[in-house]
Amino acid sequence: MAKSTVTLETPPELVRPPLVNNDRSIHWVTQNVSDIVESRTPKWWFLSICITSPIALMGLVCIIYQISNGVGVWGENHPNGWAWDITNFVFWIGIGHAGTLISAVLFLTRQKWRTSINRAAEAMTLFAVVCAGIFPAIHVGRVWYAWFLAPVPNTNAIWPNFRSPLLWDVFAVSTYFSVSVLFWYVGLIPDLATLRDRAKSKLARMLYGIGALGWRGGNRQWRHYEMAYLLLAGLSTPLVLSVHSIVSFDFATSIMPGWHTTIFPPYFVAGAIFGGFAMVLTIMLPASRIFPQLGDMITREHVDKMAKIILLTGSIVGYAYLMELFVAWYSGNKFEGFTFFTARANVDGKGWYQWSYWIMMFCNVISPQIFWFKSMRRNYIVVFIVSQFVNVGMWFERFTIIVTSLAQDFLPSSWGKYSPSTTEILTFVGTFGIFLTLFLLFMRFLPMIAISEVKGVTPEADPHHHHPKH
Amino acid sequence: MTHSRKVYGLGAEFESAAALMAAAEKIRDTGFSHWDVHTPFPIHGMDKAMGLGKSKLSAVVFVGGLMGLLTGVGLVTIPSLYIYPMIVHGKPYTWATLPAFFPIIFELTVLFSAFTAVATMLALNQLPRFHHPVFNWDRFTKFTDDGFMMVIEAKDAKFSESRTKALLEEIGGKNVTLIHD
Repeated sequence: MAKSTVTLETPPELVRPPLVNNDRSIHWVTQNVSDIVESRTPKWWFLSICITSPIALMGLVCIIYQISNGVGVWGENHPNGWAWDITNFVFWIGIGHAGTLISAVLFLTRQKWRTSINRAAEAMTLFAVVCAGIFPAIHVGRVWYAWFLAPVPNTNAIWPNFRSPLLWDVFAVSTYFSVSVLFWYVGLIPDLATLRDRAKSKLARMLYGIGALGWRGGNRQWRHYEMAYLLLAGLSTPLVLSVHSIVSFDFATSIMPGWHTTIFPPYFVAGAIFGGFAMVLTIMLPASRIFPQLGDMITREHVDKMAKIILLTGSIVGYAYLMELFVAWYSGNKFEGFTFFTARANVDGKGWYQWSYWIMMFCNVISPQIFWFKSMRRNYIVVFIVSQFVNVGMWFERFTIIVTSLAQDFLPSSWGKYSPSTTEILTFVGTFGIFLTLFLLFMRFLPMIAISEVKGVTPEADPHHHHPKH
Repeated sequence: MTHSRKVYGLGAEFESAAALMAAAEKIRDTGFSHWDVHTPFPIHGMDKAMGLGKSKLSAVVFVGGLMGLLTGVGLVTIPSLYIYPMIVHGKPYTWATLPAFFPIIFELTVLFSAFTAVATMLALNQLPRFHHPVFNWDRFTKFTDDGFMMVIEAKDAKFSESRTKALLEEIGGKNVTLIHD
């Protein structure tokens, strides 16, 4: 028998796509990120802030009007005690979660592509949580009694109910905001030092200097800094999962059909990441166009990866929607079945809010499926449009969950329709003004890309790289 | 810069992260103890090259987290079980119902740990500190841009202006400069 010889060819080495295109030097990174902050304020920035800040102001006026007149100025009624207020709260807090996911979870999993988007995504988290916090605070009506939520006895010596999901929410959201601020600030310290050292004016040097806390970039400092950053990432990861789980407990621990389900925590967390990535893309795609120099740091590779995460989490959300329908049928519980098949999907023509349900289904489940195609994930226009669908769809998801369950519950005699008031709509629009105004200020005064972290992923940063381009 | 002022140390600049790391290994082996490298980003493996161990920060954060845990347990159980037990939804208050208190206990653990991590990081790094002798070095702005620098302090027992300068030049240091206090 002839001995056959098999030659094994060495497979070609897989080369990772570079994280910073065009082989830029680390000085280039410093120069181009700092330049956004240091150059003259562009005209579009003034124009944008002239649009967003009046919208923010309008939102504040609506809030003051609501506080001085009571929740009656909104469209809430019996049985719809919650509607746009909690929809907006869950919408905004969910958006924040993508920022924490990028900064913490992708850090722990060593996804180095996160470095160019994490700063802006974390800023987005903070501003989204600011917007989210407004709604539960004002929806209580008499906000001056909000201190009843603090863990102190009230005037009747009664303590808050520590087993109430609403109190869990207070602790979860305030912890989330505090830890996100710390994480963001710790990340900023080395970059503020960079701005301090480049500052031309005395005032800028002093202000950035105060922010940088005297950072010197010594390895004896980096060693503790890196450990602190790692621990903050490790703490933020379970935190972000807990926050949206607790938000979902607001619903899941009640007895309303459509709310009382164990699928809620994972379903809400996936939905939050899904909606949050859409908002990251909504902000980052225009930013990478407005500042062309960012194009080498926020590359098509990044957009492609974020689109993949949207596809994954969108499919998890789609699975949850279908599983809810399946369980509503399979459980044989007729109230659950009524909520899903009549009040939401409206298969028999007796539901009121089927439009909301089907918008949600289309935007969240169908539209991201286009991301199975690589060419679509790399097309900025397609990605931007799908992100807008997701933003809309995630708002309608919360609206569907809240209003359909409340409007048509157990007894037809207690049913009631809901429609928002003008104040309510303008308050929500106002939060977009607040969000965008804060983001524009952030873009103008702070480095929107984590300078030191991007430097760390350039080839020059590798201690085995011996040929720097200086 | 007046030369009558006290010498803080010697600064040297290196070409690349790799050159700085090789130099750090040599300085470590020579036995210096008061020195540091300054880089715009943390260099992987530099701790080992400098002979530094693992940061103690994680142990402190563990204690901080434990304090948060105990605070959480105390905060939710003492009022609810002892000071003013109030039956809501017909659910009894006993230690057996502890799982319903977990969210708050968990959040406080995370909150305390995070604040401990940041406060300890600043304390170990002796920050905030708005002035430092290395800021007197005219090349110090490169620390946060693209420089790979090394500073050996004069208070080190092995420090000598001429010999340390020669050593830094020998291991590849450029622009070796005397930094004054």
